[in-house]
Amino acid sequence: MRLKLVPEGTSFDFFRLWKLWLGISAMMVVIGFASFALQGLNFGIDFRGGTTIRTEATQDLDIGVYRDAIAPLELGDITITEVFDPTFDEDQHVAMIRIEAQEDGEALSSTVIADVQGALDAVAPGIKFISVESVGPKVSGELVQTAIMAVALAIGAVLVYIWLRFEWQFALGAVAALVHDVILTIGVFSELQIKFDLAIIAALLTIVGYSLNDTVVVFDRVRENLRRYKQKPLAEVLNISINETLSRTMMTSVTTLLALISLYVLGGDVIRGFVFAMIWGVVVGTYSSIFVASTILLWLGVKRDWTKNNDTTGNQFANIDA
Amino acid sequence: MLQIDTWKRVLIWLVCVAGLLAALPNAFYTRVEQSNDAWAQIEVEGETPERLTVAEQWPEWMPSGLVNLGLDLRGGAHLLAEVQVSDVYTARMDALWPEVRNVLRDERGTIGTFRRIPEAPADQIRLRLSDAAGMSRALELVRGLANPVTSLTGAGATDITVSGQGDVITIALSDEEKLASDDRTVRQSLEIIRRRIDEVGTREPTIQRQGSDRILIQVPGIGSAAELKEIIGTTAQLTFNPVVSRGSDADASAGIGNKLIPSIDEPGTYYTVESAPVVTGEELVDAQPAFDQNGQPAVNFRFNTAGARKFGDYTAQNIGAPFAIVLDDEVISAPVIRSHIPGGSGIITGNFSVEDSTQLAVLLRAGALPAELQFLEERTIGPELGQDSIDAGKVATVVAFAAVLVFMVLSYGLFGFFANIALILNIALIFGALSLIGGTLTLPGIAGIVLTVGMAVDANVLIFERIREELKAGRGPARAIDEGYAKALSAIVDANITTFITAVILFAIGSGPVRGFAITLGLGILTSVFTAIFVTRLIIVMWFERRRPKTIEV
Repeated sequence: MRLKLVPEGTSFDFFRLWKLWLGISAMMVVIGFASFALQGLNFGIDFRGGTTIRTEATQDLDIGVYRDAIAPLELGDITITEVFDPTFDEDQHVAMIRIEAQEDGEALSSTVIADVQGALDAVAPGIKFISVESVGPKVSGELVQTAIMAVALAIGAVLVYIWLRFEWQFALGAVAALVHDVILTIGVFSELQIKFDLAIIAALLTIVGYSLNDTVVVFDRVRENLRRYKQKPLAEVLNISINETLSRTMMTSVTTLLALISLYVLGGDVIRGFVFAMIWGVVVGTYSSIFVASTILLWLGVKRDWTKNNDTTGNQFANIDA
Repeated sequence: MLQIDTWKRVLIWLVCVAGLLAALPNAFYTRVEQSNDAWAQIEVEGETPERLTVAEQWPEWMPSGLVNLGLDLRGGAHLLAEVQVSDVYTARMDALWPEVRNVLRDERGTIGTFRRIPEAPADQIRLRLSDAAGMSRALELVRGLANPVTSLTGAGATDITVSGQGDVITIALSDEEKLASDDRTVRQSLEIIRRRIDEVGTREPTIQRQGSDRILIQVPGIGSAAELKEIIGTTAQLTFNPVVSRGSDADASAGIGNKLIPSIDEPGTYYTVESAPVVTGEELVDAQPAFDQNGQPAVNFRFNTAGARKFGDYTAQNIGAPFAIVLDDEVISAPVIRSHIPGGSGIITGNFSVEDSTQLAVLLRAGALPAELQFLEERTIGPELGQDSIDAGKVATVVAFAAVLVFMVLSYGLFGFFANIALILNIALIFGALSLIGGTLTLPGIAGIVLTVGMAVDANVLIFERIREELKAGRGPARAIDEGYAKALSAIVDANITTFITAVILFAIGSGPVRGFAITLGLGILTSVFTAIFVTRLIIVMWFERRRPKTIEV
């Protein structure tokens, strides 16, 4: 007896309400974008400059006390948050202290950090600075540029690749799905105010890769079925293709999610934000490859008259089967 | 149908075995690390029984490459420093001033008196002549002081630009010279920092140039970024000492007022030098690789005024005698004084190659950091946090792995089991490849591996689903397997190439932890495609050949 996530031979009609799906997706994108525009992202020091200190003490942690202890140093805006994690011991109390970027463009000097440690040691004897990271505003500005460039480059490269292997409608569908995923992820990060740092960019790019993976598998089947069923309407061919690949789509999403969820629960708090982005991306990416990429393909239509051009769908690069 | 050539089978298994062997040392990380360290020590400091015992903890014939752990896993300090390259311009102008003054003063009769304008920018010299009529001659004289730029891109240009307007002469470094100077300044800073850090003896520091004027320094195992900055901040001690004698006895008595120091590039050679230096590196303003009159590589150097006087007096009195150039109590070279060297500049010749002279010039200037460093980024990661992350990462990977393994068997039965063998091989291959290329494993890198675990089954899922479809379409087992692999291939290739593109972009643009993620993701894609297309297929074919099943269930 086999475990089956999807019953055999499904024939769901994914496009009966295609306008609704496209509408919902568009609305989500607008919401995500609005949240980003209104609230902004909770940028980490990689992008905003400043200093974060991870402290660890055995005493119970009182954020007010910490704040009062550091206040006399006059370091500007200070955020202190307590970190909880199931992997911590009973008497392990961890806090993240964030100090805004200072004016001189440099990282926070070691003497200032020593002062902070001295001040905190007075209220929480034996406090340890587990990690101290300081980024000057000069570097952080460049990191923002690099990050935007990386995401744009990745999407551009993918657009070109799919265009070469399929047709321009496919490429547009795939890229629309990617943009959808990226905006929704950024929207979630701004809505929940999760720290957005350099690692999240890596997660974003992985989402781009993953979502594409899904989209390409569906498109590959669409291309094949377009050759097979020359007379059927496009919506039907798309439906057949999605239903045929549905079992695989679910299997892959579930195995990837299994792996990611175990990392989310057990991997410690340092990479939790990163893993959260990827989990979200897998869910959104799976959704978008069916309801955004394929729907846009339906909307744009594909050239169906293959009589002149024998039976190859796509251009001269489409048949490079490795 | 279902045929794989014998040579292909052998090749596939060989790749797997090689990968496993390369990955194996990582399973005994501490032991192999100690053994590697001991071998390195034996190489440098000679063999002792204790060291040999430690070294032989790991068999010598086994591969011993390890995956480097990134700072976020091992703990340590990370600094990004910006070299204030323009500091050097000021020093160069200050050093040039006496020369300018001397040539102009010698012809005061024709050009009249002149005065330096103190309000000029620090990287320029401005002179006001008492009589604008002397301008053309004065410009000619000052331009005579220019030297050709010693760099590939600046060929043909001179190092200073001299311009006159009204009665004011402006002298500044030319753009070509500034470029060449910036490059030298950063390279020197890099060299000095490397020497400083090597001296402390920390393991595997990363010291890299980033962009035109930045230096990235990562030192694992160090307590804090502040500690690292202290090490970098210490200046090297460069001195020029008179040589008393040269020998090969490390324990020779040096005599009062002398000291015995080893030579850097001639092992076993020791120099007895006078303890009191003639001049020190603090008085050196410049050292450049150059060529002597016979076209042999040499090093040009120049002292400041005080140094020049001392050096001139000493060389005048000691023609034919050797003097030692000593850096941190090691003799860099001990040339013989050929002639009186007035004016504070001289040339060091010797049995140099071009690389040697470049290196020596760098070392000569390596006495002190040539320019101030501004620290743009500082990170300290405590070893506890790194260890916690490793532990958490291990547990998460094992659980993720187990969940996927179970899930695959539940879904695909025997074929799922085959896929699992490939998955385990896949992880081993990632570690093997990381060890071979000396890649660095970071915390996001672990996430990359976990993601690969999830995604690596994708290729197999694609294939198995295809086989199912073919079986449903009524094909026989062998034919279904064959078709399944053939038809799934284009989807696998397209899907993985697109993900690989993003991994490459991440690697090219990202830095630090992000790059670590890109490496494991990229390697994971390569190995997972290999294991899915070749390894599971081979396993299935071998199983099929033995059993010859009439029907199969996937």
